Amino acid sequence: MAKITFITSDNETHIVEGDSGSVMELAVNNGIQGIDGDCGGVCSCATCHVHVSPEDISKTGEASEIEKDMLELDDNADAYSRLGCQLAISDALDGIVLRVAK
Amino acid sequence: MKKSKLQDPFEQARINKGYGEMNDQDDPVVMLLCHKDVRKSAHNYKTFISGATPGRIVVPSEVNIRDTRQVPFELDPPEHGKFRALVEPWFKRPLQSEYQEQLKEQIYTAINTVLSTGTVEVVNEFSLPIQSHALTLLLNIPFSEAETWISWGTHVFRSEETALDGDKAAILYDYIDEQIEHAIQHPGEDLYSVLLASEVDGRKLTKEEVKGVMVLTFAGGRDTVINAVTNSIAYFAEHPESLERLRNEPEIIGNAVEELMRYFSPLTQMGRVVTEDTQVCEHAIKADSRISLCWASANRDASVFERPNEIVLDRKINPHVSFGFSHHNCLGATHARQIMKTLIAALAEKVDSIEIVDYKENVEDLDEFQRKVGYEKIHVKFNSLTK
Ligand code: HEM
Ligand code: FES
Repeated sequence: MAKITFITSDNETHIVEGDSGSVMELAVNNGIQGIDGDCGGVCSCATCHVHVSPEDISKTGEASEIEKDMLELDDNADAYSRLGCQLAISDALDGIVLRVAK
Repeated sequence: MKKSKLQDPFEQARINKGYGEMNDQDDPVVMLLCHKDVRKSAHNYKTFISGATPGRIVVPSEVNIRDTRQVPFELDPPEHGKFRALVEPWFKRPLQSEYQEQLKEQIYTAINTVLSTGTVEVVNEFSLPIQSHALTLLLNIPFSEAETWISWGTHVFRSEETALDGDKAAILYDYIDEQIEHAIQHPGEDLYSVLLASEVDGRKLTKEEVKGVMVLTFAGGRDTVINAVTNSIAYFAEHPESLERLRNEPEIIGNAVEELMRYFSPLTQMGRVVTEDTQVCEHAIKADSRISLCWASANRDASVFERPNEIVLDRKINPHVSFGFSHHNCLGATHARQIMKTLIAALAEKVDSIEIVDYKENVEDLDEFQRKVGYEKIHVKFNSLTK
């Protein structure tokens, strides 16, 4: 079980729990504002963009090449950006804080 | 096994030089063919603009057949964003369960009908009705209105004789004018009324702007959806094992929809007008000329997609650009995806096999390239799963 904190663009904090699927799916299932997951998680839409808290980067790891190519063309992206659909939920993500980009 | 195949006519040009050239009504187009260039240029709205003379970014150009600016499609940021934000929530309605239930009922009815008929011409007797009926949900207007649109035939702007048909466009424009007048007299809960009541920059939308949104909604979502649905039927006809797999693994339907969209690329390309002398793929491009973002070619780029010419139903990483990319990505995508998901689930549940009887391909003439986008006509026989 992983407890994940989402901070939406209107500065609301939501703490939700999951044990399978992706961070995008967890957010969509919990109605987290700003995460739409339009493409269902195949890395095509970037509507699942989150900024990982700097101290949690060691838990999530860095974006893959395909993810980086996508984020490079997103004006809000920075070194802490990830696509939520490419983050698989596991115990390793317990306690991380994600800021929703949109 | 090749009636349902869509070749990639761009491969050689993409590998050798990265672009293609197309003369279109004396306003030539440099077609960008590589995935990376297409996405980068779609993102760069300052050098490659959409807000040119109305109709000019469409290939083939529509400058000679219309003056109405399509909204938000033919605007650039920041103007674009204001109109886009206005309509975006409306175009997300397909995520609501009530909408999905109604769509499901429409599509199951369509499938039950073809299952009880002999041979069916898919484009006109299946895909066009499905597309038209579904559009009544998106516009939130009575189901019966679809009859009018079905009577127009498959091409709102194109006809069999000429690629660009001003008369057909006039039918759509006159119809939309009438509907706007009607909504002014009798405001309701439909998209026309919602747009008429909306504001940008503290003022109401003009009739011309409302018309610009509505024309786009009709034109952008017609041939594209029809080709996606028809091509899916042809594909499943030749791949009953895929239908069977989706029956057993419904959880991959989402991936399958994205993959079919990648493979079919129902919208081949969209243009932009260049604002300054620049270069793409070491090729000089002059200010005020046109480029196009060739989604269909980008979707077969082997540097991004493994086995690009195969349909891999459960492809996991699939950064396709069938719905465009960046600022102007498709507003109708939520609706289109919902149609495709519902269609596939229904086919898997009800249909055992589909036999292709005969067909005529719909091939776009892009000068240097000939691209099959679907079918003019395709007759098939649907066989029911439960006898
Ligand atoms: C399978 C079906 C569809 C495909 C493949 C498709 C494809 C596309 C593409 C590639 C673009 C980007 C154009 C550009 O960058 O200039 C686009 C934009 C757009 N599409 Fe679609 N489309 C589909 C269905 C629909 C439907 C059903 C509607 C509405 C009824 C629709 C409405 C729009 C609109 C309004 C835009 C412009 C968005 C903007 O400029 O911000 N499309 N579409
Ligand atoms: S859900 Fe589309 S890229 Fe993540």
